[in-house]
Amino acid sequence: MIDEGTELSVTIAQIVQRLKGTHLHSQLEREAKECLHRPEIKLESLKEDVRNFLKESGWERKLQNAVYRELNILSPPGHPTAPPEHIKEPLVYMRKAQANWEKRILKSLNSMCTELGVPLARKRPVPEQKEMTNKWNEMGTDEPDLSRFRPVYAPKDFLEVLIGLQNPNQESCDEPSARSHWGLIQVPLNVPDISQLREAYPELDLTTSQLGIDDHTNVPPDLFEYEHIRIGRKVLSEQDSAAAQQYSRQGCPTGLRAQLWALILNATNEPEDIAHYEQLKAGVIHHDLLVDNLIYKDVKLTASNDDYYFVFEDFLYQVLLCFSRDTAVLEHFNYNSATPPKSCVHGKSGAEKVAVVYPPNGLIPFHGFSMYVAPLCFLYNEPSKLYSVFREMYVRYFFRLHSISSSPSGIVSLCLQFERLLQTHLPQLFYHLREIGAQPLRIAFKWMVRAFSGYLCTDQLLLLWDRILGYDSLEIVAVLAAAVFAFRAENLMEVTSLASAEAVLADLSTLKVMPLLQIFLFATVI
Amino acid sequence: MSKSKTSGYKGPCGYQKRKEGEGRNCVRYKCGLTNTIQDVLRHRPGWVEVKDDAEWDFNWCDVGWLRENFDHSYMEEHVRICHFRNHYELTRKNLMVKNLKRHRKALEREAGRLEAAKCDFFPRTFELPSEYHLFVEEFKRNPGSTWIMKPVARSQGKGIFLFRKLKDIMDWKKDGTRSEEQRDETQVESYVAQRYIENPYLINGRKFDLRVYVLVTSYNPLKAWLYRDGFARFSSTRYSLSSIDDQYIHLTNVAVQKTAPDYDPEKGCKWQIRQLRRYLTAKHGSETVETLFKDIDNIFVRSLQSVQKVIINDKHCFELYGYDILLDQDLKPWLIEVNASPSLTASSQEDYDLKFRLLEDTLHIVDMEGRLTGKEKRVGGFDLMWNDGPVCREDVNLETLGSSSLKANTHLGCVNDREKQLCQLLKPFSGQKKT
Repeated sequence: MIDEGTELSVTIAQIVQRLKGTHLHSQLEREAKECLHRPEIKLESLKEDVRNFLKESGWERKLQNAVYRELNILSPPGHPTAPPEHIKEPLVYMRKAQANWEKRILKSLNSMCTELGVPLARKRPVPEQKEMTNKWNEMGTDEPDLSRFRPVYAPKDFLEVLIGLQNPNQESCDEPSARSHWGLIQVPLNVPDISQLREAYPELDLTTSQLGIDDHTNVPPDLFEYEHIRIGRKVLSEQDSAAAQQYSRQGCPTGLRAQLWALILNATNEPEDIAHYEQLKAGVIHHDLLVDNLIYKDVKLTASNDDYYFVFEDFLYQVLLCFSRDTAVLEHFNYNSATPPKSCVHGKSGAEKVAVVYPPNGLIPFHGFSMYVAPLCFLYNEPSKLYSVFREMYVRYFFRLHSISSSPSGIVSLCLQFERLLQTHLPQLFYHLREIGAQPLRIAFKWMVRAFSGYLCTDQLLLLWDRILGYDSLEIVAVLAAAVFAFRAENLMEVTSLASAEAVLADLSTLKVMPLLQIFLFATVI
Repeated sequence: MSKSKTSGYKGPCGYQKRKEGEGRNCVRYKCGLTNTIQDVLRHRPGWVEVKDDAEWDFNWCDVGWLRENFDHSYMEEHVRICHFRNHYELTRKNLMVKNLKRHRKALEREAGRLEAAKCDFFPRTFELPSEYHLFVEEFKRNPGSTWIMKPVARSQGKGIFLFRKLKDIMDWKKDGTRSEEQRDETQVESYVAQRYIENPYLINGRKFDLRVYVLVTSYNPLKAWLYRDGFARFSSTRYSLSSIDDQYIHLTNVAVQKTAPDYDPEKGCKWQIRQLRRYLTAKHGSETVETLFKDIDNIFVRSLQSVQKVIINDKHCFELYGYDILLDQDLKPWLIEVNASPSLTASSQEDYDLKFRLLEDTLHIVDMEGRLTGKEKRVGGFDLMWNDGPVCREDVNLETLGSSSLKANTHLGCVNDREKQLCQLLKPFSGQKKT
């Protein structure tokens, strides 16, 4: 057993290791060196004075934010002799299932590649590169022939895989009874119940003010809104990530949200970030990847058809095409149960084959992927800033929505949590839907995989994502899914088929997210 | 339309003459249009359609009917019609510009430059061919500028084109050297040449304009209501000055967009103004956006004030205007034009719902049923913007008087919880249970 002291030293060592060699590190060193010229720095108290200087000039705060970011990403230190796979995913059967799923996806991609005769990657001839550069800001006007391309998979294919997950150590009885689980997910993960959720989300309770409820027109703004905005401005001036995260639990004001999210995620737009983005853009111009077509198709099928997001079509290409070439994303596979797919290409000498990660960021886009980016277009209009924030959101949260893992924020846990909440608190509804062949998860799954993007109207979605950031967890997505069913329970009890159940839940654009969550969490009788 | 002779005659719904001030629960309406307004009128309890020459209490007519019949119609006190006789003073592009210019001059004389500058929300405009020479002067003063030519009396984007060279508008040249016969032969349609706004505010490279609804129930004194909802119409292609011939880029009318080759009717190139307001607030902060919307309010008020003395005020008339506003990159709003017959045809379900509610609320304000007291500052989605003076959100009393931070009673792009407000405000229609 590892004692706390050792655990802490291990964590510290890990973080120091990760921050060494980053741009922040070199900036700090430079600042420390240059401040030696300053009169207030004295030789006798060198260490103290340099520290004070860094504190006053705001550099300590930047370091603090960077450390905070690492703490958020870092998985709990496991056993010292645990292999790296365990950090990705401790449960063997889950790892196996993920590996099998990945094999299927890659096979599908490769066969599409062979079928269509399109190479996985090719260098663009110079005139094509020129064309690409010219139309960089309006790639949406292109109408390439995408009819031959199919999305590699859709959320419902993934759902089937999750339904088939089985813990080999578990004995499951076949007869449904009041004590067994009625839902589709069969793995026994530990998910919080309502009383535990109440403890974890105290800021959402009925007596705490928040945006999404207490900024309604009939509530005088002096009661909460103005004060909340004032505090938000203060948080921004302090540039403190942790404070911003705590603040976000009660919602971010529209005018401050963009800056607050960037602060929480510690997503910067420094010259080196811009340079990195420009490099990726150059990569897009020089090479054409097969997955680019998948991205085009996805954007055309989803975001371009959306009443809110159609305007941002061009941004989506600018972000997603660069994203697929960003090898910095590979780092997140250390704690993602997924493994980047590899493809064999001929090595330099031509004879041997070398395995390279394909696409360069290790992620094969699926149908609906572009919806992770679309809402962010509402907040950021500089492509490099938008990119920076999106990438951070992806490597912290979104990746968990489409990989098989036991993480409490992982899609498997979310599905199970949704089903358990529904079964516990709306058993009549669950049973009815089950009987008519409309398992609730079949309807709610698509919402959760996209964290409700494209289903809620934008301002409500942003309020939801405020809380995802604020609580550093995706659990709220599962709670909302259950709350939506609870809200429409009366109508759902009347339906007699899956199709009619889908129809009742087809349009979520009028829903107000925060009241639903609040009532479900805090007004439900336990 | 003639008065019925026998006083005992009861029409199809037991119509009886009522005293002024008493509401009526049976309204005979005439409707010349076949779109959303038909549904709204049919839906209204106690309203019955009458056709042809039958007597009517309410007429939703098109401007053609108005032109032909208004002057020959006798209307009893309670009767309402949806246009002012000479609305074109505001809605025809050349007349609107003329009235605005005159109003601005008068304002400069009375209140000085600064006050007059508040009328600078329309781009430099000249009527052709009558102001051709003035136009050429301005044109030459701004080499390389782009201008837009619009026919004075057409709509839906018809006949509009952009130009940069004088030779493109030779037909409108007022030239004393042309012979009499030549001049008679080619009777040129009246156009306005307007300075084109080359730096519109773009969202992801796309140009858009705003359609906002203003209801005027009286010009003297001026009483105007502003509807909270409206929409932003996007051009379906990316904005670029290099192809001024591509009218699909520059014109945002849905009617023009509908014919563009890549127009997808399922896509819908509209955003609700609420959505736009949120987007702008997220990008620029709430103070900037509040200033913008205040400037937009200013456009409505001053444009109406400029025609106040010209429009024949008739208590039978009310009018629902569709204002087209364009934003430039500095977030300055510009008035493009005012429509007396804004399109009521719906392009999507969402659009239909918006127009349905807009028209319903219009009828609530016209108040044939006599349910309002006349002191309301809000009816459904309409906020009273001007009532012979600015209308403020808070009631002005001794304490607030003199406070410089009085906010205008307008909520464009804000939450529109009209059903709740209407429930509290209006008594249900007689014979109808309160839902």
